[in-house]
Amino acid sequence: MNESMNEQPSSAAGPENAADTLLEARNIVKIFGDLRANDDVTLTLKPGEIHALLGENGAGKSTLVKIIYGSLQPTSGALYWKGQPVAMANPAVARDLGVGMVFQHFSLFDALTVTQNIALALPPGLVMAELATRIRTVSADYGLPLRPGALVADLSVGERQRIEIVRCLLQKPSLLIMDEPTAVLTPQEAGQLFVTLERLASEGCGILYISHRLEEVKRICHDATILRHGKVVGRVDPQQETAASLANLMVGNEVMVIKTTRGSAPGEPLLELTELSMATDDPFGVSLKNIDLTVRAGEIVAVAGIAGNGQGELFAAISGETLTAEESQVLLAGAPCGRENITSRRRRNAAFVPEERIGHGAVPNFALSENVVLTHHAIGGGVVRNGLINRLAAHAVNAQVTEMFDVRKGTLNPEARTLSGGNLQKFVVGREVVLQPRILVVNQPTWGVDVGAAAVIRQALIDLAHSGSAVLVISQDLDEIFEIADRIAVISRGELSDAAPAEDMSLERIGLLMAGAHEKANQAGRTATTP
Amino acid sequence: MGAFEAVILTIITASTPLLLAAIGELVTERAGVLNLGVEGMMIMGAVCGFAAAYTTGSPIFGVGAGLLGGVGMSLLFAFLTQTLMTSQVATGLALTLLGLGLSGLIGEAFTGLPGVKLGPIDIPFLIDLPFVGSILFGQDILVYFSFALVAIVTYMLFRTRTGLIINAVGGNHHSAHALGYDVVKVRYACIAFGGACSGLAGAYLSLVYTPQWIENMSSGRGWIALALVAFSSWLPRRVLVGAYLFGTVWIMGLYVQALGVAIPAQLLSSLPYLVTITALIMMSGDKTLTKVNTPACIGQPFAPER
Repeated sequence: MNESMNEQPSSAAGPENAADTLLEARNIVKIFGDLRANDDVTLTLKPGEIHALLGENGAGKSTLVKIIYGSLQPTSGALYWKGQPVAMANPAVARDLGVGMVFQHFSLFDALTVTQNIALALPPGLVMAELATRIRTVSADYGLPLRPGALVADLSVGERQRIEIVRCLLQKPSLLIMDEPTAVLTPQEAGQLFVTLERLASEGCGILYISHRLEEVKRICHDATILRHGKVVGRVDPQQETAASLANLMVGNEVMVIKTTRGSAPGEPLLELTELSMATDDPFGVSLKNIDLTVRAGEIVAVAGIAGNGQGELFAAISGETLTAEESQVLLAGAPCGRENITSRRRRNAAFVPEERIGHGAVPNFALSENVVLTHHAIGGGVVRNGLINRLAAHAVNAQVTEMFDVRKGTLNPEARTLSGGNLQKFVVGREVVLQPRILVVNQPTWGVDVGAAAVIRQALIDLAHSGSAVLVISQDLDEIFEIADRIAVISRGELSDAAPAEDMSLERIGLLMAGAHEKANQAGRTATTP
Repeated sequence: MGAFEAVILTIITASTPLLLAAIGELVTERAGVLNLGVEGMMIMGAVCGFAAAYTTGSPIFGVGAGLLGGVGMSLLFAFLTQTLMTSQVATGLALTLLGLGLSGLIGEAFTGLPGVKLGPIDIPFLIDLPFVGSILFGQDILVYFSFALVAIVTYMLFRTRTGLIINAVGGNHHSAHALGYDVVKVRYACIAFGGACSGLAGAYLSLVYTPQWIENMSSGRGWIALALVAFSSWLPRRVLVGAYLFGTVWIMGLYVQALGVAIPAQLLSSLPYLVTITALIMMSGDKTLTKVNTPACIGQPFAPER
């Protein structure tokens, strides 16, 4: 790992050409309890440069940018702004200097309008009507269309990100920090964003670009600093690297390669949705419209789509968290069960993994073995006998999941909340996979999980399908979908496109479907069939 | 003064303390803080108000003391929940119990003493208008103030930056913190505002409603005010409607009883609750409006990362 340090020894060393650098972070250390989240991190950034900050989850990227943005204070180390030492006491100080940040988890207020959200980040004394005009001008100028009067809750994730960007642009930043901006965008939206970023850079704005998507780093970044376990393990020119070499620097060892040999032709249909429509009670929710989908034994079908287009509602309808209007709208292994509750559906040898692992998928203050009981209580395995919990059996399942999925934890049976995100995700997926269900439905199987854990989970899903089960994966991650899915459908505003074989799908086609290309087609089809 | 005017006047007297306390709690809750201690702050306002007015002979001093009594209690709540991070629900309940007990202790010396009434302020000329004159323009200062408060709070919450910040802090405290707002400071201010309003409501009870000190004289009005806030979807104008609806049905019940109509007294005394809840539920049919105005962070403690 020192090789790459030696390749580029100059720039990290000292205040060379102080006037040229926009921002320099020197020897930053941040300690949380026993954890050294940042360990002697040094980074320099020039005006007009798009600088990538690469690393796995937990590598310390977010900690570093929070320090730069003033929302965390370093334990030791110093920041230099245009060559002068500065103390970023809080985000307001950073903003006054000209640092703007677009957060990964947006710092927006659902119940307020676009204008109000932006006003909150600007100095007081603004007239709302004038601000709305400025928002319109700037957003049109940079190709980021926004309606100032719209309520944030009604906007798509891509539109929400535009608010964050426009909010920064209105402050005329000299440095823009972007934390995984494309994670929530369609490929087309991401392309648009790159154009905006390149334009900003050409105007002299420095951009610190956090990502773990290596292809896009190679595409737009001029320089890259790579973090691992809080330390800088390399500073490289992304144009000179391959995606694989960047990945190896990030992870530190070779990434496990997933075996994707396809099994025999898919068998009988195990999960069928027929004309599934469901109005939502939640004013911020999405209504499902006329969804048809079949998943057969031995195949993985993926539902792609941007968050907030009805994935949660679709999952709830299949798992039984919300009941459908008609029994026949959901068939599990041929049996109509749209009005059955989750436990009855589990008894039909189906298993479900919801999106939120903490709070929804697992009870944070329960031990892992107790969380096992929560989904295994009504079905085989003897976790519950005669109404009493068989703790030994529950411990055995916990041990089996730990072994199969390499769940790393401090003690044998800790409380769920003490596990890291990736390990808990392995646990909640593993807990269902060890049941060998005939039908498995997983919502966002590897959300916020590092590369290694994601590979383990994906491999488990593929193996399960090979053994003859039907697997439905709802995911935002297109790389993941192309890696594991046999067929792909796209959900947009509660409507689902037909599931097409993965080899017939391209990123571009999925992007168009994500933007709603099939909705009109469906509508046309419907009006044609109904006289 | 006709019988009709007399009824209207009693309705205003019954509704004003509810309105004052509910508007204060509304602002507190908009900032994301659930203070269940309204009853305790109100009764402390009542005893402080009475004691000060009796001692100095000035009802205006009484109003000021009532306000400060409420603020003092609310700052105790703020210190516990915002600085020491205790549970808001438990602390609020404890605040009510503390207020009821402490006010009894302070008020022991004042029980049975004749009170000092806060007199009406007649607005010249307007008071001579037929019918509405004495009702609208012959009230005491707290009634005028309660109406002004609804207008001021409405304007503040929906038209000013201060209101925007309060709504932001209550809607998503992590985002507000990320933008550089001092969540804890905003919440301290809103809790104190709620305490001041509850204190005024209490002072109204012991200086206008029944100008003397009686132990437990708030008799559950704090809880009604709390319920009004939630049932009104955190909208000041609905709080106004709810408070007056409650006051009206309540007073009408008393008159009906006095007239000897054969309706069980228990039914009559439960009627204000039933009518108000039904009316406010019917008003809150617009789910988007409700959702937009519900402070999403209500009751959640906030600790900034360090």
